[in-house]
Amino acid sequence: MKLIMRKLFTLIVTLFIVSILAFLAFQVIPGDAAVAQLGVDATPESLAALRAEMGLDRPLPVRYADWLGQFLFGDMGKSHVHDRSVTELLGDRLIITGSLMGLSFLFTVGIALPVGLFTANRQRGSIHWAVTAASQVIMAVPPLFLGLVLTFLFAVVFRLFAPGVFVSHHDNLLGYLGYMLFPALAIALPKSAMTVRLIRSSVGSELGKDYVQTAVSRGRGSSAILRRHILPNIAVPVITFLTLTLIMTITDAIVVEQVFSIPGLGRLLISAIENRDYPVVQAIVVIIAAFVMVLHFLSDILCRAIDRRIVL
Amino acid sequence: MRRRNITLIVGGILTAILLILIVGGNFFRPFDPSALNAGHRLAEPSIPHLLGTDHMGRDVFSRVLDGAGTTLLIALGVVLIGAAGGLLIGGSAGYFGGWLDEIVMRFFDGVTAFPSVLLALVAVSLTGPGTGNVIVILGVLFIPSFARVARGEFLRCKNLDYVKRVRLMGASPLRIMFRHILPNSLPVFLAAVAIGFNNAVLAEASLSYLGIGVQLPQVSLGRMLADSQGYLITAPWIALSTGLAIVLQVFSVSLLADGLQRRED
Repeated sequence: MKLIMRKLFTLIVTLFIVSILAFLAFQVIPGDAAVAQLGVDATPESLAALRAEMGLDRPLPVRYADWLGQFLFGDMGKSHVHDRSVTELLGDRLIITGSLMGLSFLFTVGIALPVGLFTANRQRGSIHWAVTAASQVIMAVPPLFLGLVLTFLFAVVFRLFAPGVFVSHHDNLLGYLGYMLFPALAIALPKSAMTVRLIRSSVGSELGKDYVQTAVSRGRGSSAILRRHILPNIAVPVITFLTLTLIMTITDAIVVEQVFSIPGLGRLLISAIENRDYPVVQAIVVIIAAFVMVLHFLSDILCRAIDRRIVL
Repeated sequence: MRRRNITLIVGGILTAILLILIVGGNFFRPFDPSALNAGHRLAEPSIPHLLGTDHMGRDVFSRVLDGAGTTLLIALGVVLIGAAGGLLIGGSAGYFGGWLDEIVMRFFDGVTAFPSVLLALVAVSLTGPGTGNVIVILGVLFIPSFARVARGEFLRCKNLDYVKRVRLMGASPLRIMFRHILPNSLPVFLAAVAIGFNNAVLAEASLSYLGIGVQLPQVSLGRMLADSQGYLITAPWIALSTGLAIVLQVFSVSLLADGLQRRED
């Protein structure tokens, strides 16, 4: 418990540092929000007036405290381009991107764990070669191309869905999940191939160790050895790897959303970057950063719960 | 008898063939990749046009070679910056240790906690898109992963007997690091370079696909995938051949990396 509290404290401190960095990064760009709103040929007087009105003439620490306070209470500022509050813009998109990531992660684990564990005992022979070769090829396929291939196969050839016609979860939840199935698969397949490889190689390196040999000589069956002896030992690297996978899913989701024209965080982020709509970029960056830190925190706690020797 | 390292051999041969194709293809192409041919739009793969033509009648095979060349150049640039920076910073951190090591590696841990493509997206939003910017940004973002490899290797080697002896002979730290330790760590480092190369290819493809990497009229494989998407129904060969070019490139280099790593074990 004390450990968790200490780790939680580190998490809060890091989040604080990240928020400062995220705030400062968008302060150093030439041209502030006032310029963005009035354009570059505005008179100095009108700029100064607007700056005073927006509070941009106050010292940096004050503005930071103000920004952080508002952010924590859900006010993430206003978009330059859309003339709406960032919170309002993000709402639904967070749900969409979040569910896409969740679904892909479910698929990754759902495919990788069974395949990895069932074939883990086969470290040579035809099954070994088939799994190794398949995972090596699938790993090399970028999710965005896999998305195009899946669209071609299931939308153009088999006509299972209409390409680019997004079904909103407000209108039809089942249709929404059906539409998200293919983007989620496009993200999950390469990831599960990598995970299968990790599981198989971790099991492989454990197989030769003394404790496994002892268990073998005591006459335990190979599946019992895998379940009772090897699994606890490879749990930590596998969990760590899956955490990284989930974090990588963020970028894949942003890209694959474009392939399937899903109106999620990705499209908003890209258009905000193109239009230099910094409040939106800043909000998305801070949300993702917080998500990443919390994930690392949870994975550390989980690993520590499994293996008490880990020093946090 | 030592078992042959089949992975390394196959990976090496595939990578070599691709390199020859891409480099050679940029000097000797069947068609001019930007030559328009209005009468020959969206033609299916056939004898003169091996992979068909696109919506402006341009030869897809020549364009894939052209795009793969750009992708290759960008990935090489990224790996060069990342490896040089990582070797210098990570190598010093591992060799000298102490507070330098602590501070640098802590900072790098923080950076690697985030997906590099995402950091690149944010960085590009500050600098603006373009090939040069993408190379520098991705290169800098790749430094931590190379630094970690270099640090580990230098840490392992710095107290080996032969290093102690050259130190006794009065060699300077820089000389020891680059003349004596680096050649011994080269295979490990080459594997890291191969993995980094693949990550760079994938990152470039994502960024260019999103429209913030390579800018027209220059083409890269990611950029071409974005352009080909609209013709997925009428001319699927454009997207498929472009994507397969990426897959082939990443697959061969990852075999090479695997083989290099296996040689070490």
